[in-house]
Amino acid sequence: MAWQTIVETLPPGGDYVRILPELVLSIFGMIIMLLDPVMDERSSQRKLGGIALIGALAGLAATLYQSQQQFWGPAFWEMVRVDAFSVFFHFVVAAVTILVILSSYEYMEVQQIRAGEYYGLLLFGAVGMMLMSSAVELVLIFIALEISSISTYILAGFRRRSAISSEASVKYFLLGSFATAFFLYGVALMFGATGSTSISKIGEALGQYANGGGPLLAYIGVAFMFVGLGFKVAAAPFHIWTPDVYEGAPSPVVGFMSTAPKAAVFAVLVRVLFQGQAPGRVWLIWVAAALSMTIGNLAALVQDNVKRLLAYSSIAHAGYLLIAFAVWPQSDPKNGISAIMFYTAAYAAMNVGAFAVVGHLAGAGERYVTLEDYSGLAKRSPGLAAVFTIFLLSLIGIPAFGGFFAKFYVFAEAARENLIGLLVIGVINSAIASYYYLRIIVVMYMREPREEEPVAAVPPGLGVALGLSLAVTIFLGVFPRPVLDYLTRSVEQWH
Amino acid sequence: MNGLDRSILTLVTFIPAAGGVLLFFLPRRDREIRWFAFLVSLIAFFASLHLPVHFHRAEAGFQFETNSRWIPTPNIHYHVGIDGISLWLVVLTTFLTPLCVLISWRSIHDRVKEFFVLLLVLETGLIGVFVSLDLFLFYFFWEATLIPMALLIGVYGHGRRVYAAVKFFLYTMVASVFMLAAILWLYAKTGSFDFVTIQSAIRSGGVENFVSAAQWLFLGFFIAFAVKVPLFPFHTWLPDAHVEAPTAGSVLLAGVLLKMGTYGMLRFNLGLFPKQSHANAGWIAILALIGIVYGALVAMVQPNMKKLIAYSSISHLGFVVLGIFSFTQSGLNGAMFVMLAHGISTGGLFMLAGILYERRHTYEISEFGGLATPMPTYSTFFLFIVLASVGLPLLNGFIGEFLVLSGAFQAKAWWGVVGATGVIWSGCYLLWMYQRVFFGQVKHEENHSLRDLNVREQFALWPAAVMALVMGVAPLLWLNAIDPAVHNVLAAMPQMIAKVVSQ
Repeated sequence: MAWQTIVETLPPGGDYVRILPELVLSIFGMIIMLLDPVMDERSSQRKLGGIALIGALAGLAATLYQSQQQFWGPAFWEMVRVDAFSVFFHFVVAAVTILVILSSYEYMEVQQIRAGEYYGLLLFGAVGMMLMSSAVELVLIFIALEISSISTYILAGFRRRSAISSEASVKYFLLGSFATAFFLYGVALMFGATGSTSISKIGEALGQYANGGGPLLAYIGVAFMFVGLGFKVAAAPFHIWTPDVYEGAPSPVVGFMSTAPKAAVFAVLVRVLFQGQAPGRVWLIWVAAALSMTIGNLAALVQDNVKRLLAYSSIAHAGYLLIAFAVWPQSDPKNGISAIMFYTAAYAAMNVGAFAVVGHLAGAGERYVTLEDYSGLAKRSPGLAAVFTIFLLSLIGIPAFGGFFAKFYVFAEAARENLIGLLVIGVINSAIASYYYLRIIVVMYMREPREEEPVAAVPPGLGVALGLSLAVTIFLGVFPRPVLDYLTRSVEQWH
Repeated sequence: MNGLDRSILTLVTFIPAAGGVLLFFLPRRDREIRWFAFLVSLIAFFASLHLPVHFHRAEAGFQFETNSRWIPTPNIHYHVGIDGISLWLVVLTTFLTPLCVLISWRSIHDRVKEFFVLLLVLETGLIGVFVSLDLFLFYFFWEATLIPMALLIGVYGHGRRVYAAVKFFLYTMVASVFMLAAILWLYAKTGSFDFVTIQSAIRSGGVENFVSAAQWLFLGFFIAFAVKVPLFPFHTWLPDAHVEAPTAGSVLLAGVLLKMGTYGMLRFNLGLFPKQSHANAGWIAILALIGIVYGALVAMVQPNMKKLIAYSSISHLGFVVLGIFSFTQSGLNGAMFVMLAHGISTGGLFMLAGILYERRHTYEISEFGGLATPMPTYSTFFLFIVLASVGLPLLNGFIGEFLVLSGAFQAKAWWGVVGATGVIWSGCYLLWMYQRVFFGQVKHEENHSLRDLNVREQFALWPAAVMALVMGVAPLLWLNAIDPAVHNVLAAMPQMIAKVVSQ
């Protein structure tokens, strides 16, 4: 009898499919954690990496399975929602995880890092990010955010012998905890203002106000939530941690945490701002976008450390992406949302690729990360230099690469919304940005190498990761059509 | 319209890039690579000859059009087509590229394959700029020319090549994002990137807020073009880029790349914003006049041959801008003709300077003197091209400058007066340079033994020299295609035509 009540209170079986990728990844993460202590330490790295890879691939397969229309809809008492929108972000997170695992393989051996928890944490982080993109309830979003954040705090400190890595981890942890506290505070205020933590109910409550307004409490709530989320995507003025953490953290981890959690947080922002009818969002976003682009780009101009340079560049890119969020309450956000999704995918491909190259060149202990170390790379390793150049050109936004269309859609969105000021700031910034990316290319191609020794050959795992991200970067730049078609369709079903 | 007519522009545009991609996979045998690149550029040239042969010269609209959808959202089309304005610029590009290949035959010996790949990709970008009728496509090609050109300068150039390449890239990149902003604004209001659609929407007044934004849009386009031309005071990147660029880079830079700017003014500033063009013509013409005189004066004092030619380009391009913003039939015809003539003659001058550099590894005028004795054929060619550039009647420079000046006189007499001094200045600096390099005694020992032109170099120079003559003798062959298109541009400004006629 008691057994039956328990069974009745359980959610229906279909609900589990709606969190299938998260389940799969969690199981694999736990397997890795359990196997790690019983395996021989010297040989465990490759095996555990292999299991992690299989796990991530299984997560990807689960996402594909989940993407069938029959599974779309709410689950777990309207806490998560599977639709084309969340499936897209699941896919991005899974793909990034695969790429990062592939590029970590050799890196871990070179850096002599113990592998067990590393791969486990990567998978757990991915679980949090996936859950973030399908959660439609603020408390669950908070939990997912914490799952993802705590994994990345630890991952940032994985080069234990290096002081800056530990510094990065502590800094990230302390500041990140403040930021999530702000988010939680915002959630509480939202609850006070609308009586619910479900985003759709909040949207209904706030939708009654004309012209995207709301009670004062909701304004403050949105602002506080934005502090927390803005911190995670490294949007100015909550970006201060970024360069230090990116400099200290292991390069593949930086590739991971500069793309996958950002994608997930942007998905949350889409839901909170648009579905939640957040009041005052346009100006909030306007200021954050303008600041992020300008601060990121200006600071990047003077960097001599490639990792710091790319850190500032990622702040700037968060700024470009935020432009697409600046949609007036009375107009339809659908175009903006597909621009956001496209940008997320393109940025993930090129940035993971760029950091994979950086990680490979850095050598043991990440010694070679200054601009000087890249001089004459075209002579020492022509292939790697060419690949890196393509990623950088894509980051500049040169036609024929994904970054171009990504920026283009975002700017087109600003023009459509008549935000000419933001548009002009954006285009001026993207011109400024071309300088510092170009500096790297110039150093690689037009300077003599400082030391003649050739770069270590590209290991197979890294090669596959680079090839895949390169293919996606070029594909999105030449044939953006199929992806856009998919995005447009998925946004149609979004509500 | 048959199938070839529809696809010929696509063919001409992409033959070089396709050749470049093939070249990329060829083994590194420099000789074969050079021949292959030469062959590809020749094929592109002969294919492009289809255009003037089958062009309906009396018609003003776009011909050889292809319009198919590339990306649904945003509404981007692969829309190409040419009229009398772009026709000759396409042919100029395909004409100069084989000469560039020939002139780089020996001077490029390191990373040969990459050099020719870049050159061919650059050619595709340049042609693409001239044939695009979709603003997005235009911007795509516009930006796409930047990378190969910057790499040509930065990798294969001389001395301060990196500085020059970065300066070139940044100047033009920064300026062109303003054009992007303007293009995006137009798209947001009209829902189309199509030049013809946008043009008719503007003309029928169907674009909301256009009146208040038009001046900014005009400036957004104008700044991008003015830097490319380069119009005074945006010219400072040009001398650096030219001096450090390899010869082929200089030839394409001066011959074609600068014309992207003046072409853009003609097509987009005048085509989309006739009222604003007219309202702004005053200060633009003054900048053009300053460019003519200033460029010439600075050219005169240059100790470096290549820098001298670079500043002379600033002066000549000033004529083009002056002609365009005179809004007269003859001014615009002349501007078009100066573009073509300058492409041939300055391209020729850069090739000649490059030939000398190959032998002596310097461009300093003071290093030479009396070269007419050891290099008679070379100095004859040089004189011929110099005279064409100066504007000797019966050679190509004369026709264009004459038309521009007569147009400028019609618009405002003092524009013509000041502009006409430019013709005198160009005589001064070019002939003085010629005198210092070729006449007198041979002052430096090593100059006695300089080789005269070999067969390959003559092959590169003959076409340029012949064209300089033919264009000077029979300009109508070109002008009868240009004239209707120019008329079409001016037809959008009835109030101005009336004004000119009444004067």
